[in-house]
Amino acid sequence: MSTDEPATGEGAVTLRPYQRPRGVHPPADFAPYKSSALRAPSQPLVLLPHRLTEITGPLLGEERVKPADADLTTQHAGEPQGERIIVTGRLLDGDGRPVRRSLVEIWQTNAAGRYLHPVDQHPAPLDPNFTGVGRCITDDEGRYRFVTIKPGSYPWRNHPNAWRPAHIHFSVFGRSFTQRLITQMYFPGDPLQPLDPVFNSVPDTRARQRLVARFDIGLTEPQWALGYSWDIVLRGRDATPFEPDGDDR
Amino acid sequence: MTGPPLTPSQTVGPFFAICLPWPDGPQVVPEGSPGAIVITGRVLDGAGEPVPDALIETWQAGPDGTFAHPDDPRTVTRAAGHADAAFRGFGRCPTGADGEYRIVTLRPAPLPCGDGRTQAPHLDVSVFARGLLDRVVTRIYFPDEEEANAADPILLSLSERSRRATLIAAPGTAGEFRFDIRLQGEGETVFFDV
Ligand SMILES: [Fe+3]
Repeated sequence: MSTDEPATGEGAVTLRPYQRPRGVHPPADFAPYKSSALRAPSQPLVLLPHRLTEITGPLLGEERVKPADADLTTQHAGEPQGERIIVTGRLLDGDGRPVRRSLVEIWQTNAAGRYLHPVDQHPAPLDPNFTGVGRCITDDEGRYRFVTIKPGSYPWRNHPNAWRPAHIHFSVFGRSFTQRLITQMYFPGDPLQPLDPVFNSVPDTRARQRLVARFDIGLTEPQWALGYSWDIVLRGRDATPFEPDGDDR
Repeated sequence: MTGPPLTPSQTVGPFFAICLPWPDGPQVVPEGSPGAIVITGRVLDGAGEPVPDALIETWQAGPDGTFAHPDDPRTVTRAAGHADAAFRGFGRCPTGADGEYRIVTLRPAPLPCGDGRTQAPHLDVSVFARGLLDRVVTRIYFPDEEEANAADPILLSLSERSRRATLIAAPGTAGEFRFDIRLQGEGETVFFDV
């Protein structure tokens, strides 16, 4: 064991834990979503106090991203098919602070509802000019911005005549292990949302609606692309530096 | 809560492989680095079948007990960052057709709890997969750290020995460890409310 003296046996280290987002995230098992049946843990979760490993996390930055990665419409020789859109918003924490210089990764179908993935067998055309993968780093206000194509809906085998509402997958890190989040952004006015078990797995109606982007004519670039706005909010810090009864439960 | 309301989690789905795997994702340190260890394992579902579309992410301290992170309060009294600059602390690996993942890293040091007690060396692990609407979180501990494990507050908080055992990797050949993750059922891995 190669340890450094100061790292161990050190007495008081003040740690500020994060909030625990009760009632925000979907439950592990949600029967209408068939894939959860054999994959959701059945034992109760064990409380993990937020200590050094949890209040820190990977700070992945510029070295992973080229500026061109944020424009999904210019990654090939030609223009992709479909409706050009701008998707932008801020990555914030629950205290309203911007999460600066943080990696945002997205993936999506093309305009016809097909992923560039060998497992996707939906008989819709692939687009030789669209990969459906984007990356960017938030700026000093926590803002991200992608130029892309509006994704299509696609059928899946969850239940008879099941179709996913159009969505973009988002992966964000925040600044701590506890803040890590993978989610999906949806589009306003999509009639498939009330029928979708993944969307409906979020128990609270208002929380569910927070997955839907806002159309914003102010973000639209005239003669070029429609604009959508969507903020992502990760948990904030607990008000108190010590967990009231977080230990050993 | 006074700030803006939080964004809910959604499943990573079956198609994340077009974006999230990085060529160097499984290498927390480059292959063959001095002191490198390899952690492999399978992700299994409630029927014992391999989960071929899961993503494993690991986060851990370095061998010197530091995190390359400004929120580690101990960085106030020491230079920030690891002695070994090639050590990222973060690993990411998708599972293959047989549900197998593989991470190359360094052994983490024990860590202070903040209250005078010490945590045994561990990695925090996130598992994302189709079928998981939110990630599940577990920890990997080491089999040859019996003394440290016996004093670890998290392991001690688990009353059943059989459940505790799911968090301790199995020894392999030199420098190799095996850590299977059973999402559900017989031998279900302990998952944490983080
Ligand atoms: Fe999808």
